[in-house]
Amino acid sequence: MVEVTLWGSLGALAGGQSKVEIEAKDIRELFRKLAEQYPGLEPLIEKGIAVAIDGTIYRDTWSKELPEGAEIFLLPRLAGG
Amino acid sequence: MNFDPRFAGRSFTSVGTRPIRPDGVDKVTGRARYGADFNMAGQLVGRVLRSPHAHAKIRKIDTSKAEQLPGVKAVITAADLPDLTDGDAGMYDILDNCMARTKALYDGHAVAAVAAVDARTARQALKLIEVDYELLPHVTDVDEAMKHSAPLVNDAIFTEGLEQKPVKPSNVAKRSQFGHGDVHQGFGQADFVVERSFKTEQTHQGYIEPHACVASVSSDGTADLWVCTQGHFVYRQHCAQLLGLEASKLRVTSSEIGGGFGGKTHVWAEPVALALSRKAGRPVKLVMTRDEVFRASGPTSATSIDVKIGARKDGTITAAEATLRYTSGPYAGMWAELGAMTAFACYKLDNVKTVGYEVLVNRPKTAAYRAPSAPMAAFAVESAVDELAKQIGIDPVEFRIKNAAQEGTRSSYGPVYGPIGIGPTLEAAKNHPHMKAPLKENQGRGMACGFWFNFGGQTCTDLNIGMDGSVSLAVGTVDVGGSRASLSLVAAEELGIDYSHVKAIVADTSSLGYNDMTDGSRGTFSSSMATISAARNAIRVLRERAAQMWDVPVDDVHWEQGHAIARGEKYGNLSPLSLKEIAAQSGKTGGPIAGHSELVADGAGVSFATHICDIEVDPETGATRVIRYTVVQDAGKAVHPTYVEGQYQGGAAQGIGWALNEEYIYGKDGRLQNPGFLDYRIPVCSDLPMIDTQILEIPNPNHPYGVRGVGETSIVPPLAAIANAVSNAAGVRMTHIPMSPPRILAAIEAEREG
Repeated sequence: MVEVTLWGSLGALAGGQSKVEIEAKDIRELFRKLAEQYPGLEPLIEKGIAVAIDGTIYRDTWSKELPEGAEIFLLPRLAGG
Repeated sequence: MNFDPRFAGRSFTSVGTRPIRPDGVDKVTGRARYGADFNMAGQLVGRVLRSPHAHAKIRKIDTSKAEQLPGVKAVITAADLPDLTDGDAGMYDILDNCMARTKALYDGHAVAAVAAVDARTARQALKLIEVDYELLPHVTDVDEAMKHSAPLVNDAIFTEGLEQKPVKPSNVAKRSQFGHGDVHQGFGQADFVVERSFKTEQTHQGYIEPHACVASVSSDGTADLWVCTQGHFVYRQHCAQLLGLEASKLRVTSSEIGGGFGGKTHVWAEPVALALSRKAGRPVKLVMTRDEVFRASGPTSATSIDVKIGARKDGTITAAEATLRYTSGPYAGMWAELGAMTAFACYKLDNVKTVGYEVLVNRPKTAAYRAPSAPMAAFAVESAVDELAKQIGIDPVEFRIKNAAQEGTRSSYGPVYGPIGIGPTLEAAKNHPHMKAPLKENQGRGMACGFWFNFGGQTCTDLNIGMDGSVSLAVGTVDVGGSRASLSLVAAEELGIDYSHVKAIVADTSSLGYNDMTDGSRGTFSSSMATISAARNAIRVLRERAAQMWDVPVDDVHWEQGHAIARGEKYGNLSPLSLKEIAAQSGKTGGPIAGHSELVADGAGVSFATHICDIEVDPETGATRVIRYTVVQDAGKAVHPTYVEGQYQGGAAQGIGWALNEEYIYGKDGRLQNPGFLDYRIPVCSDLPMIDTQILEIPNPNHPYGVRGVGETSIVPPLAAIANAVSNAAGVRMTHIPMSPPRILAAIEAEREG
């Protein structure tokens, strides 16, 4: 079980919650279960959401494991120049 | 990905040296081929007809007269680019931006295009196209566009991010919010509070090379595109989707690039060129004029930002709050969101809140510009930080050091930081001789810090070893600032050979697996990781071949300093085999020797910089002169220090132009008044001092060499550092970018008049 923090605007799509608890071993499972439990998040997950694990931001490594007790933070997928 | 990206803390032989870049001679002798330098037999000239109106419904387009003009081979409108985006809103916006469908949404929006035998005929044909417009009211100013009375740019846009879904359309496409703690409570603890509003005008990336391409669609459904781009694989995906082509049948070759800075990260004219070629049955070359580049390609946002920061007498910030309104052109974007994420990222804050609004206006579609959105947010925040330090009576550098984020700090955008470099850049700035240099009359010094995320992404690299022992490195990230030199250094480092034996090229889309584009400061970060991986795979093959040549188990063969070494007492008489010796025998030991890598390079470390600037202001005219400029930035590990310094200097130079001169000026008719370098003034050499740089190396734990991206952060602090310098020199707080002479003079006179 990991605790996942949602950024401000994302919480509105998850029933107004800023933190949710999910049983997930990696980013792929996290996204799948988030979409199941909070269908409002699915379109955003499809468009792309980044995951910060203990401060390191992952955009594409869906196989990245979520260590027990790690800080998991969802962020908008970033754009760059 | 069978590759360990963790920082290994090793010493280097090649990495960190400063050899000449492999593309240097061609570039200084004019041999290098840019987008417009490619030609094909029988090619036509493509030209685009653009709306002269800021906002207009397209009732009808009659192309018949143009089609009948001798020499015209194809005329297209939106009807020739049907909607194949399958509900992908972002791609639909790109399609509509390439060719207006029902409405012209800004001055310069493409409405039709022709392909003709020469430029004169093409221009004549454009004049023969009749477009029946119904003019609509327009809005170009960010604050005006947010008013309820403003003309609607797109009546299908309803504000996202609100707790209750709105019932009316709006020019505000999205609201986003970040932060933690309780700002109301935090401001209650403050002894001093600064609250100000700021504006920044829209600027263009100002790349010297305009958008240019040659497209050739064959009757068998295959196509070639030669183009100036930051990401040819991304252009292939976009063009294939918009034209209904199979991606593998469209080969995209990237030319040398004369600047992109975010403006060449999605397609503008390329689908138009392909559609023209498809219709004409001949290759089409399409090169934007400078006027078109300004009117119809990638400017950054104009912004309006409110900032409030409170601090105790001891200099501890107790709360920080910002509302950020960013224009996104006529389409939805995430520009204010990025501003809201980065605004306070340099600081350790218990109570922070930022709110961003994406605002639609009748201006060109906003594109990324080097650390997109962060410079404007930093301008507002760092100006207020400076003013607050002054109110408290504390040195502005000490104030920032006291409140700087550090490892373990919760960032203003959410996660807790790992090892970061804001503190060291501030300490380095504090101790830099620049900070102690005397100033003369009418001169002021300013400093500011800045943050950018950086990211990695999908990356694919091939490393081939020739029979003569030389190495070809094929990468898929476009070289925008010397990455072929950096990546050659990395290959040389891993293989243990000299840099001069490695030749790096940017491969086309049919020769290599998919690569994300060169943005997010990812070019050297990502492709160096893939190059290390490919080189290590090649070394495994080299060891196997050496084992064959010696007839010993491969596990006993090691790779050291460019040689295979058989380790063990029984191999005492075996001389090491060099890479060259192994390569020479490759035909007899299993064929070509190569290493390949495909990976997702995630874990790019965040980046911080601190800039110092001295400005002289002429109080009679408001004219400014940059006297001295210093950049201090964390590179993680500078693979090629000269090109890292080049990135630092380039960002500062662009920031100086943005801060002091550059500005999109619209008339009341919604038309851009200054679409050329004469009236839109980017800095030239005589405007700039030698920009001093100091590279800090705080290793990124998620890269084998500790590399962080360096391309973008350098443009974040300049607007603020220069604003603080001008404010100190002129004795009045500047709140509107650019600080052009008339604006400075008006501020000085207003201050005099009280």
